[in-house]
Amino acid sequence: MTTELPSSASNTLMQRWRAFSRGTGPELMSQRRLAGPMPWVIAIMVALTVIAAAGGFALSNTASNATEALSGGVTVQVVEANPVERDRQAKAAARVLQATPGVVGVVIVSQDDVERLIEPWLGARAIVDQIPVPALIDVRMRAQVDGEVLGGLRRIVRNVAPAARVDAQSTWLKPVFGAINSLQWLAFALVALLSLALAAAVLLAVRTALGANRETIEIVHLLGGTDSQIAWVFQRAIGFDAAGGGAAGLALGLVVVMFLGQQFGGMEAGLVSSGALDWLDWVLLALVPIIGVLLAVFTARLTVIRALRKML
Amino acid sequence: MTKATDGETIQFDNVGLRYGADREVLSDVSFTLFPGSFYFLTGASGAGKTSLLKLLYLAQRPSRGMIRMFGTDAITMPRERLPGLRRRLGVVFQDFRLVPHLSAFDNVALPLRVAGAAENDLLKPVADMLEWVKLGERMHALPAQLSGGEQQRVAIARAVIGRPELLIADEPTGNVDPEMAIKLLRLFEALNRMGTTVVVATHDVHLLKKVPDSLIMRLDKGRLSDPTGALRYPPRPSGGFGARN
Repeated sequence: MTTELPSSASNTLMQRWRAFSRGTGPELMSQRRLAGPMPWVIAIMVALTVIAAAGGFALSNTASNATEALSGGVTVQVVEANPVERDRQAKAAARVLQATPGVVGVVIVSQDDVERLIEPWLGARAIVDQIPVPALIDVRMRAQVDGEVLGGLRRIVRNVAPAARVDAQSTWLKPVFGAINSLQWLAFALVALLSLALAAAVLLAVRTALGANRETIEIVHLLGGTDSQIAWVFQRAIGFDAAGGGAAGLALGLVVVMFLGQQFGGMEAGLVSSGALDWLDWVLLALVPIIGVLLAVFTARLTVIRALRKML
Repeated sequence: MTKATDGETIQFDNVGLRYGADREVLSDVSFTLFPGSFYFLTGASGAGKTSLLKLLYLAQRPSRGMIRMFGTDAITMPRERLPGLRRRLGVVFQDFRLVPHLSAFDNVALPLRVAGAAENDLLKPVADMLEWVKLGERMHALPAQLSGGEQQRVAIARAVIGRPELLIADEPTGNVDPEMAIKLLRLFEALNRMGTTVVVATHDVHLLKKVPDSLIMRLDKGRLSDPTGALRYPPRPSGGFGARN
């Protein structure tokens, strides 16, 4: 051993930290201690978030499409036991409605369609024939139907069809919309809760890793390592875990969403199938793991920096 | 208060340190270290050597008193600026404090990486340094695969790789054979000749005689004495060090 120092050791001493951020050096912290089950936890969280968010979007679309479809809709029922009189009043009501300003469409629902509509509740045609079924007129207004418009239509229709009842279609579905809104908020609340749970899981994992790597952290501190350098090591590890878990979670979530979409689409029920996701919804779902990664990285940084500030 | 002097490396003034509510482990410690000086810090076990070193390498803040390092008040300095100060120090810990999952090479490279050295720039210096401490063949070994003496040499290589302005070594020859101890002291002397201030804590009285120009600070029950005039002021012209009355 000589007593002359190697010459070039300190040439780059005061350069800014780069090697760790590029990831070219060795892992400063033991990655086995850092990772653990974190990717799987994140995968599950992301999958659940994707499913909950897709549910929220579908409900939102359902409510939006139904509201749009029903906002200008009015149903006229002619509740008359005598079929001849019922038919006469229905035709008379349809005539005056067609001549009413603001009305863009009037359709007398055929007897076959009416019977098909009520068949699930009242059964086969033989029974339907014995029960007086109201005549139905589907009316489309140019603008949204409010109380004033509805009152005007009632006055006009009752002049020619005293047995007629005039209702806005949106009124009937108001409780349904209320339930859909509640479910929609529930879905988004679930997304928020899952995000909090993800942050909490990351916080716990980082605290555990901080404890397991405390000695290494102290050494790095004493060698002149900054809080940001140490935090970056954790951010990077958590970021990779979150990215891997997020991708797996997104794939799983999308499979479930597409399967459920097929199931609901197959029901051919207008209200249900109107909740199909549009392209923006799919883009937002694809953003879930990215937001998850950012949330995990931010939580990791905050946790590490706060913990390190307690050290000298 | 000690007069601040231009060019001082370290200045302690009436420094006291206590852990919790216990009695002070260091009391009224005052001294000044100047660039290019070589100090031995001696004292019996429990005299406070390690505590004093902890203050020197900024692992601990004192309970009272003033510490200036490289012209900066280290007590009131914002925490964010401490890493910059620590990078000017090299520390050989008594228990080596090697990172267990990093190889000898990566442990020695750590101060350079922390300081921002590019990977290409650190390969040769680190390899040379490991050769220098006779560990060139063992550079890929983990600390657990090294003997106590080898670990100590890795710790020393890590402390000096960045050419520190102040080298602090806590019992650096405790785990090596006498021949290696002499070689390590020669290494410290070489660094010292290049301008590094060296502080070596030891209870080995034979070691003190191996560095003729060294100065001795002795700790006794947390109080500092000055058997070689190391803490006297003004500085002795020949030694280039100084201290206070």
